[in-house]
Amino acid sequence: MSRSHSNDALLLHRRQLLGAAVGAAVGSASAAIAGVSLAAEDSAAVRRLGPGPSPLGERSPFAEQARVPAMGIVSFTPHENLEGTITPSDLHFERHHGGIPALDPQSHELLLHGMVERPLKFSLTDIKRFPSVTRSCFIECSGNYFPFAGEESPPHLICGLTSQSEWTGVALSTLLREAGVKPGASWIIAEGGDAPLLNRSIPLAKALDDVLLVYAQNGEAIRPAQGYPMRLLVPGWEGNTNVKWLRRLEITDAPVMSRQETSKYTEPMRDGTIRQFSFEVDARSIITAPSYPATIAKGWQEIRGIAWSGRGKIQGVEVSTDGGKTWQPARMQGPVLSKSHTRFTLPWFWDGEATELQSRAIDETGYVQPTLRDIMKERGPGSGPYHFNPITGWLVRRDGELRFSPTG
Amino acid sequence: MMKSALRQRDVGRLRQIARLLPALALITVALQPHAEDPTRFNLGTPASTEDIAAQDIDVSPDGHGLPGGGATVAQGKIIYDQACASCHGSEGQGASAAALAGGNRVPPDELAADRTIVHDVGNYWPYATTLFDYIRRAMPFDSAGSLSDDEVYASTAYVLYLNGLLDADSSLDATSLSAIAMPAARYYREDRRVSGGDL
Ligand code: HEC
Repeated sequence: MSRSHSNDALLLHRRQLLGAAVGAAVGSASAAIAGVSLAAEDSAAVRRLGPGPSPLGERSPFAEQARVPAMGIVSFTPHENLEGTITPSDLHFERHHGGIPALDPQSHELLLHGMVERPLKFSLTDIKRFPSVTRSCFIECSGNYFPFAGEESPPHLICGLTSQSEWTGVALSTLLREAGVKPGASWIIAEGGDAPLLNRSIPLAKALDDVLLVYAQNGEAIRPAQGYPMRLLVPGWEGNTNVKWLRRLEITDAPVMSRQETSKYTEPMRDGTIRQFSFEVDARSIITAPSYPATIAKGWQEIRGIAWSGRGKIQGVEVSTDGGKTWQPARMQGPVLSKSHTRFTLPWFWDGEATELQSRAIDETGYVQPTLRDIMKERGPGSGPYHFNPITGWLVRRDGELRFSPTG
Repeated sequence: MMKSALRQRDVGRLRQIARLLPALALITVALQPHAEDPTRFNLGTPASTEDIAAQDIDVSPDGHGLPGGGATVAQGKIIYDQACASCHGSEGQGASAAALAGGNRVPPDELAADRTIVHDVGNYWPYATTLFDYIRRAMPFDSAGSLSDDEVYASTAYVLYLNGLLDADSSLDATSLSAIAMPAARYYREDRRVSGGDL
């Protein structure tokens, strides 16, 4: 209140200098002092002061955002409402296996032990003193294909369990050097401090290559739902290996064969085997706009989407506007980063006829995003839900409404 | 575009194979600090044997990490009925939580052909030790850590019994648990895909 008073006083001062004739609505208090009548006080032409600065920003009431929780175990990132490549931290997808623990960095420690010269405990303060590394990277749950609303499935049901952040932390190789890895070590077992103490085994070669222990997400402390105070970032590997709320790292010469890497996150295959340690996220893309439930009008549209690969950079995305008959290269928005969501766009003139939009990603290893039919043929018709990355499409109806199409 | 994509695929495959070769060298390279970094920063505090014992509850497939004690299948039924059945069903057939038993003892290709067949401990789990480890770390879901080691042995025994992997009159301890050969173990293969084309 005091702020607006002093503003009024300033305005009044200027107005008095300019003369009473200018005295349109400045508010009743100043009007009384100036002694003029303000006929236009409530006129729509008056530009009132908006609220001033505040401790925390908010979204426009006209552009509210929300994750979409489902099945009691996940919440989806609403890709249909996002642009660019970074997922706002509060919209990062969730998949927890026992809820979000409340960990106090005053008491939380990371234990590093096993085949090391010096078993060590680190506080968050210790971890932050090591040289820091920052990179953008997606994290994707390997079960990321749930079009259970059929043709009325928006992008978040198709791939809402991938999100991208800029992560900051310390290279795991730096921590391992601190502890001194013993000869013969080949695996690292990561364990979270959540209720079920979720644990996964990761080959040491990957841990030394590009795994980070991160404590910041998009410039600030990691959110509790993403692993506060610290988690693993295992670039390009299935979400479950990116253990949140990290409390323990054990260096070993064999995987522990936890439930999360045997009973779950494995794939029964048509050839009679069970595929285990299928860590890498296969290249994938999706058109996020236009998409269900949007409606489009005749004329120019910009087709927009995201593509990503756990094996490196996206080399290109091809878009079809005729249901897969012909394909054309989309424009890639740079910088194209390794193991990161990459935005693609393509201008498209819609003539008002029914058609189908599709996209397919190609990564730097030459992997081409497969069709659903190809995946089923290789793995079996009952396979899933892990590592499903099929080409998907949007049926454009003549009335401009869009519908999900699994294609293939 | 299609054609060029396929050519790229071959290039990518070769590049991936080439990438695997220096994998061993990688370990040494990654352990070299940046020129300006010290070898060690002397951060963190030494972890004692007690610190480690307080946290490390891992059980390996060879039984390493299994505690002493044990229980019978009959004792297991009592624990199971009290602490597990409400979510997993009285016979492990599943309720609010997944089934633990009752799936057909079929090979993976049949599971891959029909998603409605339950993946359970009998047809899908490669190690019985994992069952003990998981129940001890994560179950009961709403009060993980509330069971004593003997109660974990008991409920493990009962779940194995429900899957036809233990007789009704048998018992379970560290030695007998590590000796159980699980039917699905022989199907497990590491993912060996390196690049495009392999689905
Ligand atoms: C409050 C409900 C609840 C209770 C009680 C409960 N569980 Fe569970 N159980 C679950 C849920 C939920 C999951 C899946 C957790 C996940 O996916 O992360 C689960 C998973 C499991 C699994 C893994 C299944 C698989 O296929 O991977 C086993 C084994 C298991 N429970 C055994 C038990 C035993 C034994 C008990 C009793 C000691 C028990 N549970 C008590 C809810 C429960």
